[in-house]
Amino acid sequence: MLTQMTTASMKSTTEQFVDRLEEFGVSWTTTRPDEAETAITSAVTTPAVGVSPAIDGVSLPPTVEQALSPSTLDAAATGVTEATLGVADYGSLVIPTTQAGIEPVSLFADQHIAVLRERDIVPGMDDALAERGDAFRTDDWSGIIATGPSATADMGALVTGAHGPKTVHAIIVQS
Amino acid sequence: MSSNNASNTTKAARINHILETEGDAVADNTQGFNQGRYDSVAKLDDYEGLKTEARAIKEDAIERLPELIDDLRNAIEANGGTLYLADDAADANAYISDVVDDVGGERVVKSKSMTSEEIELNEALADNGTDVVETDLGEWVLQVADEAPSHIVAPAIHKSREGIADLFTEQFDPDESLETAEDLTMFAREKLAEKITTADVGVTGANFVTADSGTMALVTSEGNARKTVTATDTHIAVAGVEKVIPTVEDLHPFIELIGRSGTGQDITSYISLLTPPVDSPTLDFDTDTLGSADDRSFHLVLIDNGRMAMRDDDELRETLYCIRCSACSNSCANFQQVGGHAFGGETYSGGIATGWEAGVEGLDTAGEFNDLCTGCSRCVNACPVGIDIPWINTVVRDRINRGTDAELDWLVDGLTPDSEPAGLDLGKRLFGNFSTLAWLGSATAPISNWLANNRLSRQVMERVAGIDQRRELPSFQRETLRDWMADRPSVSDPDREVVLFADVYTNHVQVDRGKAAVRVLEALDVAVRLADVRASGRAPLSQGMISTAQTHAEAVAADLTPHISAGCDVVVIEPSDHALFQREYENLLDAESHTQLADNSYEIFEYLYGLLANGADETALSAGDGEEIAYHSHCQQRTLGVDRYTETVLEDLGYDVVTSDVECCGMAGSFGYKKDYYDVSMAVGEELKSQFTTPETDDRTVVASGTSCLDQLDDLLQRPPKHPVELLAADID
Repeated sequence: MLTQMTTASMKSTTEQFVDRLEEFGVSWTTTRPDEAETAITSAVTTPAVGVSPAIDGVSLPPTVEQALSPSTLDAAATGVTEATLGVADYGSLVIPTTQAGIEPVSLFADQHIAVLRERDIVPGMDDALAERGDAFRTDDWSGIIATGPSATADMGALVTGAHGPKTVHAIIVQS
Repeated sequence: MSSNNASNTTKAARINHILETEGDAVADNTQGFNQGRYDSVAKLDDYEGLKTEARAIKEDAIERLPELIDDLRNAIEANGGTLYLADDAADANAYISDVVDDVGGERVVKSKSMTSEEIELNEALADNGTDVVETDLGEWVLQVADEAPSHIVAPAIHKSREGIADLFTEQFDPDESLETAEDLTMFAREKLAEKITTADVGVTGANFVTADSGTMALVTSEGNARKTVTATDTHIAVAGVEKVIPTVEDLHPFIELIGRSGTGQDITSYISLLTPPVDSPTLDFDTDTLGSADDRSFHLVLIDNGRMAMRDDDELRETLYCIRCSACSNSCANFQQVGGHAFGGETYSGGIATGWEAGVEGLDTAGEFNDLCTGCSRCVNACPVGIDIPWINTVVRDRINRGTDAELDWLVDGLTPDSEPAGLDLGKRLFGNFSTLAWLGSATAPISNWLANNRLSRQVMERVAGIDQRRELPSFQRETLRDWMADRPSVSDPDREVVLFADVYTNHVQVDRGKAAVRVLEALDVAVRLADVRASGRAPLSQGMISTAQTHAEAVAADLTPHISAGCDVVVIEPSDHALFQREYENLLDAESHTQLADNSYEIFEYLYGLLANGADETALSAGDGEEIAYHSHCQQRTLGVDRYTETVLEDLGYDVVTSDVECCGMAGSFGYKKDYYDVSMAVGEELKSQFTTPETDDRTVVASGTSCLDQLDDLLQRPPKHPVELLAADID
């Protein structure tokens, strides 16, 4: 359960985050770690490919293929990855670029499911950059601030789902 | 001179063609982006604070650029990448071609990059035998159509959905008919997916590059830049040297501002923050194998191509702060009508393009479109890094004037006591010296008006000076405001004393608004004297005649400063002159004179608001009693935020006010008189006309603050417009 707050200005960071997710057309669920696998299963469209989230107690269901290859990427309807951070002000998901292939898994399938810890939701964009600053400098860290599905207005009207995912679902894991 | 005429005719015809073929699509898109910007920035808690922060970061970065480039090189090399600093386009293209050859690259996929357009990378790679595919959907449409971008962010805004559908059908003969935007997008996505997964090299731009970590930020929405980087082993990023900023944390204000300022999105779908070579495994779709991230290579090609010289140029340096968001394009009334194919150079378009093209290509290129900036200043507040874009346009216009070869100047030499170079365009010189013409005009009225407006004169004026015959010329009044004031008794025991700056137009042409201003001020117990000086320098400045404008500015300061020191307030009727005192005089006068004049001068309604708020008797003015008014405020007035005083005073006096929300009326001083631009001016004006001819506004009395706006509205509407101060003076003797 989210913390109950009475007025808009008193919204929790998580409430702000999910409000913004919805504004950008991103669906979401909250879950406890031991129920995360079930939450992922019910959100996934198969065939699915995934990189196991580095979140304690969370693992991917067997319906999600973890052996990554170009052909599994090509075939996947869903890609499941972790998100390093959430940014409440924008409803953004910060997707890390890793050797395990989080970037292509989050990018090539029509649906992206991002799993993140509730405690990794930061209030603003400045907080996100401050949190990641040293990782960029010392670890050559790369990541994508992803907000909503991919989109284009180049074909005469706004279309969601250009080169990247057409839909995005966030699974917020409470501690 | 004949060659000048030929080029003028061609320019008018070319602009007309663009207005007809692309104008509607460009207007729909840019006006949508512009409204989106207003809506999106309004949601920020501290928009101005973010702009100030962004500006400070850019100023610091450009100041320390050589040092930051050194830091960046160290960071990129530590990450395993390569930094190449290219002097110019040829240097950059040769390096990139070599990299592509070294990896045996047969196909290069690209995400959108204006800098690669600047260096004409696609042509260079094609000449080298490489297949180059643009993956941004808009850029790909243009590549297929063999057309140039019309907008720096949304390159294909000049094309309609139907036009793209026809293009794809003709080029690809698809199995199923393509109609909706979704059909077209999915078709393009599939076509491009094949190209991306089989490419060897990915080329991207970079919106920002941080010197501390070697991280580049890419601002996109489609996901093509992500795929371009991920699906290829060799990543080449192409960026101007000005893209370097100190730290990752410095990205913050730009991430919050760039999407909002450009297309009006709070944030674009993806901000890629890449510290390449990236850690993703390589993907070989042919053999269905994953490879090690260690096989990835990265080259950042930073391009000078005139930028370091711009950095040394006190007037053009600000251009380097530009983050290419397109706010100046979208907020520009002229751009909204013609787009970047008319209002643009070799690569860049919109207001800031004058700075870019002057610095990168040269004055000739900038001169081809620079006159489409009228100095209306609506881009000034829209620019997220606070670049004074109208001033850059003025400076470049001045340089173009000075660079022009001397031609026939005999006709106006006697009439134009300016300090401008021989060879200055004749039309520019005439408009720039309007104060002299106006004096002659009033002295000889009505003969001067008859002479000016007869058909033969108009033909000559159009041919020689480029003044469009379709415009009615200003009608000079025989009795000037100064004549009228001469016999006027002064207010006894006044509450305040004002020196009224009666500009040339108010003194000679729109004398009624001057009389009304005097009557209204006097009715509120303010003693009014006219400033001796009348020419503010706005007219020459708008023609790029900076030294003439400076002479006027100094004369204005010399005339008004003693009055200010004696405790007088300066009141200005013409909003473009009031704005000049506040803004441009900062560039024309010493700091002390500018501050004194700016701090003590008030637009007429700003002043009336102050008087009424401090207890002046509003019953001395003509009450509105619910009279329905349609008000068009002046562009430069709105940039300064002083338009609200007119609305507030009118409403407080009982007028029922509806205000237009177009960025500019389109007249913009002399702009609408010029043959080259008459049709653009009228296209802009039509937007205003449509707001004042709705069922709700059709019967309203039309008022406007600016001289040009009044001229334009007079041409557009059946109802003669007037200055709002004339409403308040209606019942005063």
